[in-house]
Amino acid sequence: MKKIRVVHYINQFYGQIGGEDKADIAPILKEGFVGPGMQINNLLQERGEIVATVICGDNYFNENLDEATDTILGMIGQFNPDIVIAGPSFNAGRYGMACGAVCKAVSETFNIPTLTGMYIESPGVDGYRKYTYIVETANSAVGMRTALPAMVKLALKLVDGVELGDPKEEGYIARGVRRNYFHAVRGSKRAVDMLIAKINDQPFTTEYPMPTFDRVAPNPHIVDMSKATIALVTSGGIVPKGNPDHIESSSASKFGKYDIEGFTNLTEKTHETAHGGYDPVYANLDADRVLPVDVLRELEAEGVIGKLHRYFYTTVGNGTSVANAKKFAAAIGKELVEAKVDAVILTST
Amino acid sequence: MVKEIERCGIPVVHMCTVVPISLTVGANRIIPTVAIPHPLGNPNLTPEDEKHIRRNLVERALKALQTEVHVQTVFEK
Repeated sequence: MKKIRVVHYINQFYGQIGGEDKADIAPILKEGFVGPGMQINNLLQERGEIVATVICGDNYFNENLDEATDTILGMIGQFNPDIVIAGPSFNAGRYGMACGAVCKAVSETFNIPTLTGMYIESPGVDGYRKYTYIVETANSAVGMRTALPAMVKLALKLVDGVELGDPKEEGYIARGVRRNYFHAVRGSKRAVDMLIAKINDQPFTTEYPMPTFDRVAPNPHIVDMSKATIALVTSGGIVPKGNPDHIESSSASKFGKYDIEGFTNLTEKTHETAHGGYDPVYANLDADRVLPVDVLRELEAEGVIGKLHRYFYTTVGNGTSVANAKKFAAAIGKELVEAKVDAVILTST
Repeated sequence: MVKEIERCGIPVVHMCTVVPISLTVGANRIIPTVAIPHPLGNPNLTPEDEKHIRRNLVERALKALQTEVHVQTVFEK
């Protein structure tokens, strides 16, 4: 039996190139496996092997989406793979977006199955679940040991063309694909059974979960900017030098509120970033690169805006749970409303 | 976060580099920025040019806040 040819996509970190300081590297092609690919290769046993690994910096990929995708497709195409596996990326935002985009592009271009692994809250899940198979993983690399066997198992099924069952049983995140099949029990009976379970407070599973569209309609625009108070909020982790409230570098449990009265410019001496998910060098040298206080002061002095709000709000958007981010922002929003702030500039890294 | 603040009734403009993430999280007014570790700056430029870029981006953000939108809008220029 012919061995299954797998191409693996990973980022600069798992590719053993480097950390955030190497996040801007362009795609690199290596023959054979690298990093977590070794375990994938072992799990494939005699069935298949990783013939090549594509490594790309998370920043490079996300900042050069089209170019990076084209280059990577070119690299992958040379190897005639039967399947492309990306990641797993766990809860890493940029890496997840890259894994999803690579899988989508490969499926569409080469018409072969693709698969990746992510934590359910990763932005890559919402962005790409429709286009590829995403095995649900833990939120950090601690889950590598359980993620890889699940991914390889599903990969073999996909290559073999085995008909997949329910996403939950197969261990991947539902793609929203509907397939017709004959159920042993007719619909009317299933509906009544479900209703009775519901009445009796028994557990039941709906056969058609309603999609949740959690969207907020845009608020009206600002009519007179020269009278408006503008507040700055950031998920880029800018804090006063020394990070007085000890905001965590990842999975933040809190946000900070800091007075910028009298500041016309943020400098190396006054501010820094607490964020552990990007190379902090540039923000530490000049925090205005993330939180543009200098420019807003100028615009305030020129009368373009009415006023820069006295406080800025900050947290670290690095693996921070959606629940926490929601909670922080609801509290921040409430304070901003009370302070009669008219509009917010929110910056993210 | 963008969405939750917007929910409080204040218009928010999101300045970020990875626009697809911004769209996924439901930002309504989006300004694409320079790079992930320095969205509003570019260390390769002189301080004057860098500030010029920053000012330009912030002015675009202010313009976005003064623009009526009904759907998620990316302000490219």
